[in-house]
Amino acid sequence: MKYTPANIKMWARMGQRGAVFGIALPDIAAGKERVKLLTADLALLSGMERYVKKYPDKFLNVGIAEQNMIGIAAGLAMEGYCVFASTYASFIAVRSLEQVRQNLAHMGCNVKLIGSSAGTAAAKSGISHWATEDLAFMRALPKLTVLSPADSLEAVKMARWAADMEGPVYLRLSGGLSCPVVYEEDYEFIPGKLVRLREGDGPAVIATGLMVSEALKATAMLEERGISCALYNMHTIKPVDKEGLSEIFARHSLVVTVEEHMVTGGMGSAVAEYKSTLSNGPRQVFLGFQNTFCQAGSQRYVWEQAGLTDTQLAERIAQEWEKEA
Amino acid sequence: MSELAEKTLRLTEMARRIRLNALDMALAAGSGGSHVGGSLSCIEILAVLYGEVLRFDAKNPLDPNRDRFIPSKNHCVLAHIPALAEAGFIPREEILEFQKDGGRLTGYPRRPEIGLEYSGGSLGMALSVGIGMALAAREQGRPSKIYILMGDGELNEGSVWEGFMSATHYGLDNLTAIIDRNRLSYDGDTEAVMGLDSLKDKLASFGWHVSQCDGHNAQALLEAFWDTERGHPHVVIAETVKGKGISFAENRPEWHHHRLSQEEYDRARGEILGDSL
Repeated sequence: MKYTPANIKMWARMGQRGAVFGIALPDIAAGKERVKLLTADLALLSGMERYVKKYPDKFLNVGIAEQNMIGIAAGLAMEGYCVFASTYASFIAVRSLEQVRQNLAHMGCNVKLIGSSAGTAAAKSGISHWATEDLAFMRALPKLTVLSPADSLEAVKMARWAADMEGPVYLRLSGGLSCPVVYEEDYEFIPGKLVRLREGDGPAVIATGLMVSEALKATAMLEERGISCALYNMHTIKPVDKEGLSEIFARHSLVVTVEEHMVTGGMGSAVAEYKSTLSNGPRQVFLGFQNTFCQAGSQRYVWEQAGLTDTQLAERIAQEWEKEA
Repeated sequence: MSELAEKTLRLTEMARRIRLNALDMALAAGSGGSHVGGSLSCIEILAVLYGEVLRFDAKNPLDPNRDRFIPSKNHCVLAHIPALAEAGFIPREEILEFQKDGGRLTGYPRRPEIGLEYSGGSLGMALSVGIGMALAAREQGRPSKIYILMGDGELNEGSVWEGFMSATHYGLDNLTAIIDRNRLSYDGDTEAVMGLDSLKDKLASFGWHVSQCDGHNAQALLEAFWDTERGHPHVVIAETVKGKGISFAENRPEWHHHRLSQEEYDRARGEILGDSL
């Protein structure tokens, strides 16, 4: 597995989920004896065929039974396995939340949860299949590391990192097929550290997941209008990068957080929680779903209702920046 | 005396000691009360498991080849902790510290080094974990067997049936579930709250090898544990009495969680000791 520009483009076409299950997991299984991948009847949808074909003994389909899946994952982890357990983010983070709390957060079992189609990737399937509160649930749990990749390359790197560390992880995969590229070339993934994608002395924009590429486009539009934004990819939601955030708060008078998630309890809340412990800090604008479910439709249509498309983000950030003048 | 009769006598005596310890713990719990009824119903089950069925070495508690036991009906601490003392995992003096702030038994944290394989408490969780452990043992070629004790009220939980379904699917004959069929949950008669009857048929139809026995008779329990079938998970339905051993607690739902008075303690102790004369 090589991080070449050609591969990075191919993985982008596969989407975050396709790249993790089609590329990263087979690679992990090749190098590790005691590893298991569990799914709740989503092997085909998730692009696990290559993995299943190559490593049938390292695979378990538990059927449509998420709670049982997390329990089995914990039992295997207690006996020395590194276990990846996956289904839709909405089901893993909600249906089996208590199993996650007891087995992963309390007992610390070495299980890596991979929630796919997070945010509104399953846009037309409707709200039942959206995960717009998963970060809030997972972030509240002790011992968990919560990761939210911006593109396929980052998702692959995160899965490989998770395989090599001991402890529970929630990996939030966003988007469907074809994920916009944020990192065109190989880079060093450092868990827990904010990544600055754009320098600027105007507003600081902190984004996560698919909103990173929307914010990249939005901040480029703003640059043309003379508003020079700094843009950060907050790929690790828990633990938060206190040092990185402190630097941002010291440099900027306005912070805008952007996430494909409810504004309650998500990445923006994590930023605000830390900010509120400091004696002074910049004003914060929370962009995301404003405590409401939108109408189902295409993903673009859903984002438009919440003001999360690139042009809407640019407009809103410009408005907020004007207030600072 | 036959070997089986000797075993039965030894396990019956062990159960009596556990029952006396359970009383001591219930008294020590004081005004907070404790789960008396459902602890007393599973004491013979635990005595037979720790006294004869489970393979373990308390001096080498993390031996990968040990059998695993998880009480999924984890509120049976009054029975489990004395059983761990009988098995040599904890010193007998520690039994009464089961609710002490800072104690290693308080709140039942996972500590395999003293026989606590799982942080239980919420019902319907441990069977799935046992399935994971059983899959691991089989794949790793270990002789370990996995035993999960469940309450009958616990079978109302849907996750349990996900577990029953999958254990058969994976053909886990190194997994045994024990149902403490005391017919009472918190709110009363299980058949009035949420009926479970024809339980044997339900479990058999899920592909489990089902044994049913008197859950207070050590010999019947031993024979039930030995009655296994290759290729199938095994479930022992132990017919029990909630509050067993204390005449005024037996089959009384209000003893599910109860604050034991000194007078009740004295009477109960007298009954349990008198029984041995």
